[in-house]
Amino acid sequence: MAWNEPGNKGKDNDPWGSGGSGGGGGGGGGQRGGDNGPPDIDELIKNLSKKFNGLFGGKGGSGSSGGGGGSAGASAGLFGGLVVLAVVVWAAMGFYTIDEAERGVVLRFGELRDEVVMPGLRWNPPLVDEVQKVNISRVNTRSYSNDMLTTDENIVTVSLSVQYIVTDPIQYVVSVRDPQAGLDQAVESAIRHVVGGTTMDRVLTQGRAEVATEVRERAQSYMENYQTGIMVTQVNVENAQPPVAVQGAFDDVIRAREDEQRVQNQALAYANRVIPEARGEAQRIIEQANAYRDEVIAQSEGEAYRFEQLLTEYQISPGVTRERIYIDAIQEVLRNSSKVLIDVEGGNNMMFLPLDRMMQQAGAGTMGGVGSLQLNNQQLRDLADQVSRELSSQSTTDRSRTQMPTRGPR
Amino acid sequence: MKNFVAGAVLFLIVVIGANSVFVVKETERAVMLRFGDIVRTDIPSGLHFKIPYVNSVRKFDARVLTVDATPQRYLTLEQKALLVDSYAMWRIIDVERFYTATSGDESRANALLAQRVNDGLRNKFGERDLQEVVSGQRDALMNELTAELNTYVADEYGIEVIDVRVKRIDLPDDVRSSVYERMTSERQREAQQLRSRGNELAIGIEADADRQEAVLLVEAYRDSERIRGDGDAQAAAIYSAAYTQDPEFYSFTRSLNSYRDTFSSKSDVMLLDPESDYFKYLRSDEIR
Repeated sequence: MAWNEPGNKGKDNDPWGSGGSGGGGGGGGGQRGGDNGPPDIDELIKNLSKKFNGLFGGKGGSGSSGGGGGSAGASAGLFGGLVVLAVVVWAAMGFYTIDEAERGVVLRFGELRDEVVMPGLRWNPPLVDEVQKVNISRVNTRSYSNDMLTTDENIVTVSLSVQYIVTDPIQYVVSVRDPQAGLDQAVESAIRHVVGGTTMDRVLTQGRAEVATEVRERAQSYMENYQTGIMVTQVNVENAQPPVAVQGAFDDVIRAREDEQRVQNQALAYANRVIPEARGEAQRIIEQANAYRDEVIAQSEGEAYRFEQLLTEYQISPGVTRERIYIDAIQEVLRNSSKVLIDVEGGNNMMFLPLDRMMQQAGAGTMGGVGSLQLNNQQLRDLADQVSRELSSQSTTDRSRTQMPTRGPR
Repeated sequence: MKNFVAGAVLFLIVVIGANSVFVVKETERAVMLRFGDIVRTDIPSGLHFKIPYVNSVRKFDARVLTVDATPQRYLTLEQKALLVDSYAMWRIIDVERFYTATSGDESRANALLAQRVNDGLRNKFGERDLQEVVSGQRDALMNELTAELNTYVADEYGIEVIDVRVKRIDLPDDVRSSVYERMTSERQREAQQLRSRGNELAIGIEADADRQEAVLLVEAYRDSERIRGDGDAQAAAIYSAAYTQDPEFYSFTRSLNSYRDTFSSKSDVMLLDPESDYFKYLRSDEIR
């Protein structure tokens, strides 16, 4: 099927063949009988195109007039005029421009000319030369995205873009039928090869740049092997991620990594709270102890001083001072407390003192501001009874009774 | 009439001339046939002549061509099934053989070559395990296969295989889902490990903080007891220095102070003997 295409093109050339033989009937009719006709035609065309390319700095009209001059010698009537017209049209068809970014590859009767046509306004004989323009400056980009296996038998989705330029226009035109398809195939193979030799972790994280570099080198070597005239300038791994089916698990790993930090931070926060507080608490304990120490020392100093002062006075007049101190103290004690006078020796020994009731009343009495204890006769008798019972059950040498009188007068 | 004859002759010349030249492009190879028999095979690019209606010319694309084989299912050495997509780059090198082998039909050549490539890949995959196919021996596999193909395709089809490459190596769907499950479980393991490691460190940090706290407090307690002891000792020394000057007087004043303290409330009831020393002036006999 595909081989028909060149065949068709060959047939397309047939009309030219008739035109060429018609036009060349004047000039090259004789050479056709010879076997080496084509070289002569080449020579002729070379001279012609040189002439044209030298002239077109001025104007196209001078080129056509040159052609007209050649035909003027053979002209005779209408036929000659038609031939001139045909030649003029043919010559005018040969002009074309090559852009600054482009180069032209010339096939003369299908045969490759070695020199590449440079930018500018150019003339090549139409129908004889076929000029193919190739853009050699444009950076072309192709994108690929696919699932692929890694060396640890995981699946990753990698998308990358490839940039390339055409460095050899002749190879690009001549040696491969579809250079771009060849590039696609080569890149598809190269990505999988490189990713297949890399672990998933590297593909997904820091290995991307390496993958890109390796893919570029590999694709470039394939391109050279196929002689496509293409140079792969850059490969970018745009995205590498796990397949959608396992994306959740991968995201969870990222969350886990955050959690790891989070619980540590929380623990550090706890430590940062607890330790300074403990330090403060320790400080408080120490300070309390210091306060206690200072307190007891100060207290002891004060009391010792007071005692010494009193002692000094006491030593001056012991008897009076002692009596005074004693009576002051007893007075204070008795003023502040409830008291019951009992003549134990003279009284009966059946005395009942309802102490709890007395205390209640004493409490109520103090609250009411009344200092005296109010007892009726019966109560008083009961109280006295109880006290005497208590007293008789104790030993007769009660300290409060014996010591106070003995020491008091001294 | 004369003009008509001239025109007819011119037309005849044009038609015959058109049929007696042909162009072979740089990208093509051609064979020339005479009534179906090959008479010229190695025709270079350029303009050529032939005898009209006797010779015919067949042209073939001489550029590098691509065969993209349909994905095939292969088994590896350990009987794992793989879906493999491959392509081959090839070109015609022997036009005559190519023409006789395929009658010039490029798609037929493609099919034949794809078949050969598939057979070769099946053998190569069968000799290797998955690991080697995916990563380790990919280049070796391809180069071997290319070399093997080139031992006979030139003789049989007149073509040259430039390169055979595997593009996609995919797992079948059922295997793919189990791979996904394994990947998921691996990630879960990793996530669990990360979390547990975080907890481990966190618990350690907290325990360390607790220890520091306890040590700080107990050391403070120790120091505070020392300080209190110092205070007590100093106070005791001060007291004893003062009180030893007259122990009896101290005992007297201290006791009195103690009585003051202990009988300070109205609810303290004292039962007093009128005979006591304090009441000596209360008794009538003392007045006398």
